[in-house]
Amino acid sequence: MDRIPILKLGSALLVTIQVDMHDRLATALEEDLTAKIVATGAKGVLIDISALEIVDSFIGRMLDNIAAVSRILDAVTVVVGMRPAVAITLVELGLSLSGVNTALNVDRGMALIQRRLADAEAVDGNIEQ
Amino acid sequence: MAISSSESLDIRTSDDVVRVRQQVRTRAVEAGLSLVDQTKIITAASELARNALDYAGGGMVLIEMAEEGGRRGVRLTFADQGPGIADIGLALKDGYTTGNGLGLGLSGARRLSNEFSIESKVGEGTKVTIARWK
Repeated sequence: MDRIPILKLGSALLVTIQVDMHDRLATALEEDLTAKIVATGAKGVLIDISALEIVDSFIGRMLDNIAAVSRILDAVTVVVGMRPAVAITLVELGLSLSGVNTALNVDRGMALIQRRLADAEAVDGNIEQ
Repeated sequence: MAISSSESLDIRTSDDVVRVRQQVRTRAVEAGLSLVDQTKIITAASELARNALDYAGGGMVLIEMAEEGGRRGVRLTFADQGPGIADIGLALKDGYTTGNGLGLGLSGARRLSNEFSIESKVGEGTKVTIARWK
């Protein structure tokens, strides 16, 4: 079966979804990503969906699930590159992806993850003092 | 209303759901729908195709290029021989599901379409028709 590649980028994982995903592929991505967060100790997950022409409720739920599981595993998920037409459609469909962080592109998404990491380290530092 | 072309596709696997999306996209572009309208009808088609697969074990879709009063559009009819829907009003409520989805498929597809109609008989099946006009 096909798999969507997951790349390690510093302390984050980068997933670029480039195909029109069938449902099994989406489910496999959820499982692969969870395993990879644990294996690499990644603190952030960037999901680039700029190539996706639509996000339906199934894909929307997958993104929500990935964000929820990552959070439990101490990693922050940022979905980047959503097309404007997809955003409009998603809201009208009734999905607000309220549990998912979003950024306009990979650079901004990465900056968001790094800011979170810096904040977390500052908090740790305060506790130790 | 004049139908200028029509074709039907089977919905048996999740790969077929992808195929339905791609074919609806082709027709929506041909009909001259804007990018946002294309995205809406493709998304609605994806929801309804998955519903046919998940709740009825499969079905088919009729994709028609239609023309009415000088405007062009795409009309989709999803039909299955599944268990049918006992309470259509309830099934159209956001968040209601008898499966394990989000309960947005039917209600969302309705919001994303210019026309929406549904017929269902318990034990016989369900037919959902949607259209998006230019």
